[in-house]
Amino acid sequence: MTAISLKVNGHVHAVDVDPETPLLYVLSDDLQLRGPKFGCGLAQCGACTVLLRGRAVRSCVIPVSAVKQEEVTTLEGLGTPEKPHPIQQAFIDEGATQCGFCLSGVILTAKALLDENPKASDEQMLEAMSNVLCRCFTHVRMMRAIKRYQRNRA
Amino acid sequence: MKKEISRRDFVKASGWLVVCFSTASLVEPFAMAQGPFDTHPSHVDPEKLDSWLAVASDGTVTAYTGKCDFGQGMYTVQTQLVAEELCVSVNQVKLVQCDTSVTPDQGTTSGSQSTPTNFNMENLAQAAATAREALVGKAAQRLGVSADQLTVENGIVSAKSGRHISYSELIGGKHFNITVSSAAKRISPSEWKVLGKPVRSMDRVALATGTFEFVHNVRVPGMVHARVVRPPEIGATVSRVDEKSVQHVPGLIKVVVRNNFVGVVAEKQWQAAQAAKGLKVTWKPGPGLPAQRNFYDYLRKQPSRDAMLVDSKDVDHKLKSASRVLKATYSHSFQAHGSIGSSCAVADVQEHQATVWSATQSVYPTQHGVSALTALPLDKVRVIFVRGSGCYGLNAADTVSFDAALLSQAVHKPVRVQLTRQDEFISENYGAACAIEQQAVLNRNGMIDVWDCETWSASLGGRPGYQKPGNVITGMLAGFDTDEITPQTAVEPTGELRNGSNAVPSYVTGCIDGKCGGTGSVRSERVLTHAVKSPFFTGPLRSPLRLQNTFAHECFMDEIAAYTKADPVAYRLQHLREGRIIDVVKAAAKAANWDARPSPKYGTPSSGIATGRGIACVAYEGDNGYGALVAEVEVDQQSGRVQPRRFVVALDCGRISNPDGLRNQIEGGVLQGTSRALGEEITWDDRKVTSIDWQSYTSLPLGIQVPNIDCILIDRPAAKAMGAGETAITLAAAAIGNAVFDATGARIREVPFTPDRVKAGLATRP
Repeated sequence: MTAISLKVNGHVHAVDVDPETPLLYVLSDDLQLRGPKFGCGLAQCGACTVLLRGRAVRSCVIPVSAVKQEEVTTLEGLGTPEKPHPIQQAFIDEGATQCGFCLSGVILTAKALLDENPKASDEQMLEAMSNVLCRCFTHVRMMRAIKRYQRNRA
Repeated sequence: MKKEISRRDFVKASGWLVVCFSTASLVEPFAMAQGPFDTHPSHVDPEKLDSWLAVASDGTVTAYTGKCDFGQGMYTVQTQLVAEELCVSVNQVKLVQCDTSVTPDQGTTSGSQSTPTNFNMENLAQAAATAREALVGKAAQRLGVSADQLTVENGIVSAKSGRHISYSELIGGKHFNITVSSAAKRISPSEWKVLGKPVRSMDRVALATGTFEFVHNVRVPGMVHARVVRPPEIGATVSRVDEKSVQHVPGLIKVVVRNNFVGVVAEKQWQAAQAAKGLKVTWKPGPGLPAQRNFYDYLRKQPSRDAMLVDSKDVDHKLKSASRVLKATYSHSFQAHGSIGSSCAVADVQEHQATVWSATQSVYPTQHGVSALTALPLDKVRVIFVRGSGCYGLNAADTVSFDAALLSQAVHKPVRVQLTRQDEFISENYGAACAIEQQAVLNRNGMIDVWDCETWSASLGGRPGYQKPGNVITGMLAGFDTDEITPQTAVEPTGELRNGSNAVPSYVTGCIDGKCGGTGSVRSERVLTHAVKSPFFTGPLRSPLRLQNTFAHECFMDEIAAYTKADPVAYRLQHLREGRIIDVVKAAAKAANWDARPSPKYGTPSSGIATGRGIACVAYEGDNGYGALVAEVEVDQQSGRVQPRRFVVALDCGRISNPDGLRNQIEGGVLQGTSRALGEEITWDDRKVTSIDWQSYTSLPLGIQVPNIDCILIDRPAAKAMGAGETAITLAAAAIGNAVFDATGARIREVPFTPDRVKAGLATRP
């Protein structure tokens, strides 16, 4: 066990864990956050996605010790139910949910792309989303929500 | 925005509801089977109104339902139902879903039965109507006005004079103490204010902001973490477990072995994962697996449990005397539920009682299973539904609940079990592989005279139900029996046509003893089904067998139409006689601007990109909703890749309770069906399953060019409410397969239509 300091959603947390522990387990077990979820544990589906200094990464395969002082943002760190972030609002407005388990991957991957490249083309969007799964196949509404966010932020 | 009810809220909300445990009623014979699902008498008596509804002193309505939401929208639409019948706003209704302590036993949330069960003339809908009438009756007494002079809005009953009284004043915090009345008058769809409206799913804010509580997020004081160690090969058994191999893992609490069930419990999740990975288990090999290459031939040669669903008795004679018999054989792979969140459950099994937080579709049956596994009395086991990731049927939610119960009992602590993706891929209850043989004879006019269908489906285990924890892997490993196929010859069909699995094509009359329950006009008809012992566990996967059978029927219909050089839509309509299926076919064709002509398309070059359109239709489960789907596809004849460009769906599920939720289900269903049709396939070698992750089992990602999906909703306010979550998916493989044929002239008879299979089909096309 090692004392590790972690900056998540604007707060600094001290945790005492094996430094090899995947970031996901620290977020969901030690910090009891609900946004990032265990999907596959293999970085293949996206359900555990968080933003690390603005980049979308798969927290199920990143050792917590590798995070160092970089700011971690989870889905609940974007906005709140009372004041959702505009991309969350776009998903709410489009009704782009079924079970909703995949949303960290879908929303944060799209946000990271559009933050970096607000005018991302359809091809760039498809490329960015090519490793993100939604097994309810809410694709129509999700892509509509992402486009809505892209339009609104322009 | 309504907040999903958490465990804490639930305990508070239900604190005043009398919960009495009694085993007395449990020994009574089955008295309340509803729909196709078994239910058992429980301490929550569905005859009593108080079992379904309560009005708190603040006027809040709490409704108790045995049908739960796993992403298909049942939370929202049942809330609408209660609000509508009680004349309150949706924000005044709290819904408690599936908890063996407080909700009625409604069996399993499955089979497109939640809407038929709770929205027609019984159960939740009838309870809410009974409550409204009772409250209006009480108000009439209190206000001294006859009931028919009163109106209700937002839980306030008003007289024309302006005098009024609220539900909370009438009954707040007290029991109704009446029975659910079958005579209570329901709100007519023409007066609906909440039902029938496109209410967006009420959980979407919590979901989009990452605050929704899934079963994966359940945390109980003192809870520790566990992983399981599944047999790496099918049928392998434990020879030796070397506990010393993981003694060095920090935080390890216990290695648990029970018969062939192996699990590890540790303080933290990462420690449990390390222990599961490091634990040395020596396994005795299983019996080996039949070769995947020839699996469908193997399937057809096994002993089987047979059922004759319809038999006009003239089929053999006509086949023998026909100058030409059209024949085709179709096959469909085993497929996984592949929930995006690998399954998880939390159990707290103490010496005399147990609580399980589970994403199961079947809390009451799971209560029985946990009771059997832990040897605790049934009335001391409580199973509380907490939503998991979308399940699409019997995923691993049941088995992981059993895992959690066994492991918690072994360590005397609350235990959270998280399965790995591999755990789930190698041992969940797959959707059945099927082989389906079709034969037809045409008359002189090119119309179908004879339709003969024979199906083989692989089956092992299934839902554990109330009796069979061994129907999923954990129960089997722990030593409980698994339901296996007992070979049995078919008997003469009697009574009404049973087409719950859509084994009977839509185009036959379905006549048994002179009563014709089919939707078509072909009189010489025979449908024989064979259930065969599967090498793998199987269980319901969204549209179980209905999808596989419909794929074979609708592709064969297309082959016959092509043989006669008829337009596939017109030819279908010539053989259908049930108005509702005819209507969906016409509606889909019209909306798709259907290009009426025979298939395949004339003059398509045999290289490059080819485009085509196909149609399929179904009377889901015979009479539980009607759907037609037109698919427009592009086929890359070089790579064999199939790319759907547009779908048009027409759906009739009776009266529509929530058109937005319905569209969401249709859109998701069509695309999930597309993913299953184009790529999803369980693979194996001679000993083990080899599709173990999202690379070896492919799912269409978000990053595809999403085809346009047009939904035509046919609302029938006067008709009964039917299921709608499985109708669209049923049609995808057939419509796509027919479109591929239209585009290229290649008929692909095996799902999934992988590029290799498409290329093979293109290479051998006439």
